[in-house]
Amino acid sequence: MAEIEIKNLRKEFGEFVAVQDSTFKVEDGEFFMLLGPSGCGKTTTLRMMAGLELPTSGQILIDGEDVSFKRARERDIAFVFQMYALYPHLNVRQNLEYPLKSQGFSKALINEKIAEVAAILRIEQLLNSPVGRLSGGDRQRVALGRAIVRDPCAFFMDEPLGALDAEFREEMAEELRALHDRMRATTIYVTHDQLEAMQMGDKIVVMNHGVIEQFGVPQDIYDWPATKFVADFIGSPAMNFLSLGHYKLCPGDSVVAFNDHQIKIPNNLEDFDGHLDMGVRPEHITLSRESEGIPATVLASEYLGTTQIVSVQVDRSVLKARVSATDDYMIGSPINLVFDARNISLFDHSSGKALRSDANQEVLAGG
Amino acid sequence: MANIEVQNLNKCFGDNVALSEVDLSIPDGSFVVLLGPTGAGKTTLLRLIAGLDHPDSGRVVIDGVDCTQRTPAERNVAMVFQQYSLYPHMSVKENLAFPLKSRMLSVTESEINRKIDAISQTLRIHHKLSNKATELSGGEMQRVAIGRALVRNPNIYLMDEPLSSLDAKLRSELRIELTRIQKDIGGTFLYVTHDQIEAMTMATHIGVLEKGKLIQFGTPREVYDHPSSVSVAARLGQPRINIVDATIFPGSPRAAKFIGFRPEQLELGAEGLQTLIKRVERLGDQTRLHLSLGEISIVTVTDPHTELKAGETLSIKPKAPFFFDSEGMRI
Repeated sequence: MAEIEIKNLRKEFGEFVAVQDSTFKVEDGEFFMLLGPSGCGKTTTLRMMAGLELPTSGQILIDGEDVSFKRARERDIAFVFQMYALYPHLNVRQNLEYPLKSQGFSKALINEKIAEVAAILRIEQLLNSPVGRLSGGDRQRVALGRAIVRDPCAFFMDEPLGALDAEFREEMAEELRALHDRMRATTIYVTHDQLEAMQMGDKIVVMNHGVIEQFGVPQDIYDWPATKFVADFIGSPAMNFLSLGHYKLCPGDSVVAFNDHQIKIPNNLEDFDGHLDMGVRPEHITLSRESEGIPATVLASEYLGTTQIVSVQVDRSVLKARVSATDDYMIGSPINLVFDARNISLFDHSSGKALRSDANQEVLAGG
Repeated sequence: MANIEVQNLNKCFGDNVALSEVDLSIPDGSFVVLLGPTGAGKTTLLRLIAGLDHPDSGRVVIDGVDCTQRTPAERNVAMVFQQYSLYPHMSVKENLAFPLKSRMLSVTESEINRKIDAISQTLRIHHKLSNKATELSGGEMQRVAIGRALVRNPNIYLMDEPLSSLDAKLRSELRIELTRIQKDIGGTFLYVTHDQIEAMTMATHIGVLEKGKLIQFGTPREVYDHPSSVSVAARLGQPRINIVDATIFPGSPRAAKFIGFRPEQLELGAEGLQTLIKRVERLGDQTRLHLSLGEISIVTVTDPHTELKAGETLSIKPKAPFFFDSEGMRI
């Protein structure tokens, strides 16, 4: 097993900077997510960690040893790709044997290892089937199995569930996480799917344009995003933003004004002078028919069973609130919005950075 | 717009029974979503209503007129498919105008322009009217395809997974847009999907299909709150409903073989059965708890900032659960 440390890692492809200056640490046994939209540098980061790409500068340490310029096969890492990459003419057992045979293990040891891995993945009954006849899920299991039999110090996975349909993906995600809980092997997992990252990850690195936007445990990142990008990328529906226009704030301020309305916020800790945006998650908006709150108009409601998502218009912004499905909201009707004062973030509109407050300072200092 | 009645419809392809004794009534101005897994018969039913296929037996009645033997054109239906089938050599405007230029309709040029103007505003593709169809993004192409159905004034709009090839963000935007458009024009929509979110958020009525049979029909709330069977209950709701043997929990009726409770239909920490917390999954707005009760896995949801940890025990008690008989039918 392994602890992996990344220090000031940078990668250029000609003029293009794929990864700018990444620093983070993966603890031994963690399920670690590299999350971001396509082109953000997450796969390049993973490929450098695996030794498939050499960094322009910076360091990669595995268990304290600098491996930045070592070849992939000297790093004792197993890679699982999105496409299953199995040998189509071989059966499941032969596919699993392959990496072991090439390492010169004895027949008895190989059989023992395959039996163990097949049991972990629950594919014992498939060992003699040709891979061409397997379902998508079973193929993915075999691909995983081939990584596991080698007993590597870490697993690297690049969108391993990307090719599966939504329902099955959820099932495989749970299975993968349960597998990790049994084996506790350090796993680095690349995805663009925020729900997958939240669901499976012990820690998440959120990347955008080659830069790490935030690094931490899922709930902290969700509750206290360091940037507007993270606030928007994580959560479904995303965090809502309300532009407060040009604003001056001092440390100790605990109220902001929107039009003529006062909005309570967590105690602010920064001097600020500029264009200010307020951010609030859909579940932290209450819809009120009393006179309190900010006036809005109901645009749409989407029933989800226990909850519903109600879209409302405030000035020129559209906000989404997650509320109980038991209430009815007529489209076009007026409604007042009340924000949960404990859960409000403020952002500098031009830099996108979150302002520090009593509520988020601990999270922001950590990542 | 029109009422559509489907009566005792049967359709086989060789030995494969695609639809079996389907009765369905689509009220004028409703948004009916057919929900079911792959192979349930959703698309077959849509094609039979469109007139693209003919049933082995049964009738399709549009506004009181038996249309079973009529051609698609005679039925006056508009279809949108998953793959946006636009004419690549034509501009967006020409694509939209195409259905109106049919000789059977004899729509005047000024009327065509007025319609295209209105539809392209609604779908927010007005600024792209002179673009070639191939110069559009996937989302824009699908909006043009929808627009091409909307410029007409058919008896019913038939849509087969029109959003499934779009990315998540665009899908959620178009969900709201389609619902709004349907309300605005007061059209009758029949929409096929396997995505429960689309069904729940857009439909006035959901028809759940399984293995060629229509197993429940009702408003999203009726289907969610009062599922008629285990399979309907499992089709809606995320995470999925827990279905376990009825004898596990005390107090089940005698006829019950299974007890079903959604993740939110559990009282936690109350007097009940002891479970072990296997995993705490924090999704931000909610936290899921994966519990084990002996060999049985149960999922529940709780407060996002719960202090509960894996390895701890938690007692659970179903609140207002569903009971099902040995056939999986609701008691």
